[in-house]
Amino acid sequence: MSQAVITPAIAPAPSRPRPGTSRLGDRVFAGMAGGAGIFVLVLLGAIIVMLFIGGLPAFRAFGPGFLVSTDWDPVRQVFGAAVPIYGTVVTSLLALILAVPLAFGIAYTLTELAPMWLRRPVGTAVELLAAIPSIIYGMWGFFVIVPIMSQHLQPAVIDTFDGIPVLQDLFAGPPFGTGLLTAALILAVMVIPFIAATMRDVFLTVPAVYKESAYGVGCTTWEVMRSIVLPYTRTSVVGGVMLGLGRALGETMAVTFVIGNSDRIATSLFGPGNTISSLVALEFPESPAGSLKLASLLALGFILFVIAFIVLAISRLLLRPRLHA
Amino acid sequence: MSDMPMATAGTPRPAHDRDANVAVRLGRRRRRIDRVLAGFCWLAMLIALAALASILVTLVWNGLGGMRLSVLTEVTKPPGSHGGLLNAIVGSLMQSAIGTLIGTPIGLLVGTYLSEYAAGSALGNAVRFVSDVLLSAPSILIGLFIYVLVVEPSGGFSGIAGCLALAVLVIPIVVRTTEDMLRLIPTSLREAAMALGAPKWKTIVFVCYRAARDGIVTGILLAIARVAGETAPLLFTSLGNLNWSLDLTKPMSSLPVTIYQYAGSAFEDWVQLAWVGALLITAGVLALNILARSALRRRT
Amino acid sequence: MSVTARQADQPGSASAAAMPQPAARIAIRNLDFFYGSNQALKHITLDLPERQVTGMIGPSGCGKSTLLRVLNRMYDLYPGQRAAGEVLMDGENILDADVDINRLRSRIGMVFQKPTPFPMSVYDNIAFGVKLHERLSKSDMDERVEWSLARAALWGEVKDRLSGPAMGLSGGQQQRLCIARTIAVRPEVILLDEPTSALDPISTLKVEELIDELKRDFTIAVVTHNMQQAARCADRVAFFYLGEMVEVGDAVQMFTAPKQRRTQEYITGRFG
Repeated sequence: MSQAVITPAIAPAPSRPRPGTSRLGDRVFAGMAGGAGIFVLVLLGAIIVMLFIGGLPAFRAFGPGFLVSTDWDPVRQVFGAAVPIYGTVVTSLLALILAVPLAFGIAYTLTELAPMWLRRPVGTAVELLAAIPSIIYGMWGFFVIVPIMSQHLQPAVIDTFDGIPVLQDLFAGPPFGTGLLTAALILAVMVIPFIAATMRDVFLTVPAVYKESAYGVGCTTWEVMRSIVLPYTRTSVVGGVMLGLGRALGETMAVTFVIGNSDRIATSLFGPGNTISSLVALEFPESPAGSLKLASLLALGFILFVIAFIVLAISRLLLRPRLHA
Repeated sequence: MSDMPMATAGTPRPAHDRDANVAVRLGRRRRRIDRVLAGFCWLAMLIALAALASILVTLVWNGLGGMRLSVLTEVTKPPGSHGGLLNAIVGSLMQSAIGTLIGTPIGLLVGTYLSEYAAGSALGNAVRFVSDVLLSAPSILIGLFIYVLVVEPSGGFSGIAGCLALAVLVIPIVVRTTEDMLRLIPTSLREAAMALGAPKWKTIVFVCYRAARDGIVTGILLAIARVAGETAPLLFTSLGNLNWSLDLTKPMSSLPVTIYQYAGSAFEDWVQLAWVGALLITAGVLALNILARSALRRRT
Repeated sequence: MSVTARQADQPGSASAAAMPQPAARIAIRNLDFFYGSNQALKHITLDLPERQVTGMIGPSGCGKSTLLRVLNRMYDLYPGQRAAGEVLMDGENILDADVDINRLRSRIGMVFQKPTPFPMSVYDNIAFGVKLHERLSKSDMDERVEWSLARAALWGEVKDRLSGPAMGLSGGQQQRLCIARTIAVRPEVILLDEPTSALDPISTLKVEELIDELKRDFTIAVVTHNMQQAARCADRVAFFYLGEMVEVGDAVQMFTAPKQRRTQEYITGRFG
């Protein structure tokens, strides 16, 4: 305590406290923060309203039939949304069918199987997959995957299924390499990291005692996953899958490169098609401001936003209790 | 799954032996299932890693060959005249930087609102929900939105419209990380600052932000990495420009849009340049990601 | 410093003090406190005598920490928490809605259970609080920082690393830094909420010595789980149980001849 003793007991005469500007400061800052919060709400509202207003001429011209019409004829100025909606739904669902088992496998490996030293680097690698820009996936798909599809995979599959009812139509040629299935394949690779990362995070929320008590009665690792971890995290896993679906629905550049760009509904998965976003990206440069075609593209954008919003909203509602408690 | 009999008092011995045999057979079956599924899961991981490796190798293989100094010193030129990507690179840097500068303060404030002011309030929950939806919303729609909101009324494509579209993408990313990071700060630190007589805003700005700095910076870096590679929103806003232009009121070039135009072209040297640009942008984006992650790891 | 607080000797109150009291710096009168509908403090009446250490003891959840958090209105941060009654300082009820809370907290400082260094340098930790309430020149600020660190018996240990991060100090040093940070604002009252419960025995001893030294200039209230600590540091001790103040008195008397049976049972370790 020797240091304390040599110092003066009380500091030099107090200068007067500064007047209470703090309340004003608090009010201003709270106002800015709350205002920013409201701005986000307004932003979402503005996106919906602007896309709707932009698409209004198309909705007016074609009515509800816009949704089910397969026409896309710039010459006759007749536009319908059915083909790109079909392409969007088909490619996204196919992508999910391919991505979910793989993403689950990755999450299972990263949480239960892989040795500790491997988990972080591999986890980071999978997350980097999510960071690669979509245009790069497009180029990779176009220059690497499409040739593989057209030269090896598609001819083999077409030959194999030739003559088998349903399947021969589903996998009918010609083997261009591009098409719905190729787009779905690229989309699957793109959404895997999102689904896998979400699954991994929710798997990690399972309390260790649950798993330990299951191991305690002699369960294998897989049995613990199936009987304890999956039931415990079911809603969140579905939420993660929906998040992946939301991503796949709106993906643009990668799909644009490989989908083949056709305005007819293809019955074959090898056939070319369109998604809402690829059609918008491809047709936009030839759609002058104020044209009915541009309005139709904006109307498509509005429809996509509604679909994506519903999917993402469900995803958030399912994920919320687990991840942002 | 031990074969060791469990000595349960009162169980007749013969029955017990039969059970043990069943247990052994069942155990084998269960272990087999376990191994098959583990094998599949390892395979799934290898497929993902192979995809990543394939993308990176393709980029390096195709991009490195065309990497010349002229890429960085020359602007885009007609096919066959040895152009570079200078205007695209500068345009991308400018739009990403300005977009981040606009979006970050808003995102920071929203994240602060969610963490410090909105606990449990209905408005707060709504803002968090909407921000999360925007985080994953199709970026092409943000481009269309800015097109209707800015490009059409202002009479033309412009760099600033591109900046605004990217800013909209930046906001939810910064919101998410800011809120998460602020929530990690112990209440005791806030109380300690308040106990000194600090008003709430000074507590947040001078103590909480500082404590959460690394995490917030990570969020901003991730946001930059995300928007730097965005193509779709720029197609409808800054459009692209084959000439040298720093004028934000005019159409502006960007690396992703240039790659898009060149990669789909029929000219070999343009495709080559697209690969170079793809390599550049991927290297930049991945470097930013790794930098951001290591900044966060240092803290936790 | 003029003392205008009313004298406290209300007949019949549990605090009827046996010995002559210095003037009360803070006078708590009939204080009730609620977490929502849950009453955490019941009719507390207690004086904090000027330049004395008042120890507050009692089992967990008895309300002693709650009382401390009322005294500098820390509970204001949380909706649903509410106080009724009077806490008088210079004749003014600090529970009044129009009290400038930030100024109040500059007069009644608080140190917490766990050290709470801010994520900045040692120097800036001290300066942060001072800057909130005063504008000082660089040299005055240097002087203030040195003064408060010296008063907290920390100057010798940190004078060569003032610009280093406060997080780099040991736990005991961090806690003394927090005390220095509190006294740098020059409060009149210092509230210590179990200040040594996260510290090792040697650091604990240093903080206890410091409390003894600081009472020359400050009125101090310390909440503690540690009976020996209360006996060593406090001039007066108040015993709390289930939100009520059972007994208050001279520290020696409390530990040798408590008047209430519950107090005796607690200090002899029969519950708590």
